[in-house]
Amino acid sequence: MAEPFLIGENMIGGYGSANILHGCTIAVEKGQIAVIVGPNGAGKSTAMKAVFGMLKLRGGHVRLDGEEITALSPQDRVAKGMAFVPQTNNIFGSMTVEENLEMGAFLRRDDIRPTRDMIYDLFPILREKRRQPAGELSGGQRQQVAVGRALMTQPKVLMLDEPTAGVSPIVMDELFDRIIEVARTGISILMVEQNARQALTIADRGYVLVQGANRFTGTGEELMADPEVRRTFLGG
Amino acid sequence: MDLLNALVAFANFVFIPAVAYGAQLALGALGVTLIYGILRFSNFAHGDTMAFGTTLTILITVAMQGAGIGFGPLPTALLALPFAIVLTGIVLVGTDRAVYRFYRKQRAAPVILTMVSLGVMFIMNGVVRFIIGVDDVTFADGERFVIGARDFRDATGLAEGLAIRTTQVITLVVAAIAVALLFWFLNRTRTGKSMRAFSDNEDLALLSGINPERVVQVTWLIVAALATTAGVLYGLDKSFKAFTYFQLLLPIFASAVVGGLGNPLGAIAGGFVIAFSEVGVTYAWKKVATYVLPESLAPDGLAQLLSTDYKFAVSFAILILVLLFMPTGLFKGKSV
Repeated sequence: MAEPFLIGENMIGGYGSANILHGCTIAVEKGQIAVIVGPNGAGKSTAMKAVFGMLKLRGGHVRLDGEEITALSPQDRVAKGMAFVPQTNNIFGSMTVEENLEMGAFLRRDDIRPTRDMIYDLFPILREKRRQPAGELSGGQRQQVAVGRALMTQPKVLMLDEPTAGVSPIVMDELFDRIIEVARTGISILMVEQNARQALTIADRGYVLVQGANRFTGTGEELMADPEVRRTFLGG
Repeated sequence: MDLLNALVAFANFVFIPAVAYGAQLALGALGVTLIYGILRFSNFAHGDTMAFGTTLTILITVAMQGAGIGFGPLPTALLALPFAIVLTGIVLVGTDRAVYRFYRKQRAAPVILTMVSLGVMFIMNGVVRFIIGVDDVTFADGERFVIGARDFRDATGLAEGLAIRTTQVITLVVAAIAVALLFWFLNRTRTGKSMRAFSDNEDLALLSGINPERVVQVTWLIVAALATTAGVLYGLDKSFKAFTYFQLLLPIFASAVVGGLGNPLGAIAGGFVIAFSEVGVTYAWKKVATYVLPESLAPDGLAQLLSTDYKFAVSFAILILVLLFMPTGLFKGKSV
């Protein structure tokens, strides 16, 4: 089997002296959606941060398109085509929506307008509110700004840490629809989700993490169909 | 007629001086607020940075005067100002390299950086006194008045005179230009926006590829320009004295805090609030009151709330009230 586009392999690491990740592996193919689910404290966000270089690994490797990037800083990974949307504080609240997008494209020297217009087409509400400070928007709209900002770098991989945290179910459905649309443009998506059931429905690949290690891995459908996964993690 | 006289007296003794002083404080507070917003510490060395920049300006002014260079009716110091700004900028960036960067790399707590700035303050303080001494230095030349009190009285026939000094007009014009440039820079240019982004959300700015060291460098350069300009305007309007500039730190910090630390608009508003309070509380209102009130109500005393010796008490009182009841200031800044 060919190597996946982005893979964090046998990752071991944590904050301080204790390890949170005990050899877990996360991967995503080009243009696909991979979802990390699992109980609280399973190391989902930590695994994500490790893939993005925000956590120093004690073991394992991260490779992007076959290239070893384990030692790169998050900033360098952004330059390599990875984008990360943190769970909180993921917008510039005092700046307008349009300025948020501009800042996302800070490293680019070419014309950013086509990308910006593409993002406005994807999230029409942002076009409407482009002159408003992003901090004044609703939770769902802020998430759209956050995702939009990340997309401005024209990334090859988009990493989302609980994009639907704190938004209403209707907004959540809409966000998932948009995420599928983004994936269709060829961008790989790796995300951590609390709403396991909905997230697995749109996932090409799902990872169930327990105590920093892979417990179950499969396509979203397989995991949804697995009786043990259903019983333990999806509530029947 | 009495009402007009009262208005003229008010304008002459309260309004115009307070506007000029407010503009000087605003420029000073803008520097403090930028450092707080971007480097995230209270820069105690700001007053002495102003003194340092002004010292350089005075030296260059004297050299220019010696070489026979003048600015017509305007003070020669305005010609010297740009050179002094560049030199101060180099010194500030150098200080950052030599001192602040070390603590930034260690991710030192803001209070440690503040203490470090206290050290920088003492050094700058000493350097300034070493270069120019501790005495009053007057370096304003050119035309003294735009409108003289006697001319005004003769022209209007009023009993009260209105004097507008050249330095007061220059203060307002230069401050307006400086503020306009600053806001244009922060809101319209890529670098300016990246500074705001960095101030707003440092982690996300890093994720967006914004280079923190560059942001910090540009900030020091802007602060050098603001501090030197503020110091020179204050010195032209009054006079230069190292100790006075050190004391200016209090009203400047009060302005920045009243407006909301980290918020440039707030710094400007805060500057005028402090200036008007200070001048208003220490002015003897007897003259204005005598014009406005009927004779029976005219005050016996000076109607002065505080002697001018206590003017710093005003900033202090406002500072404490704001910290107690409105920690984020008038315009939502960061809480202290």
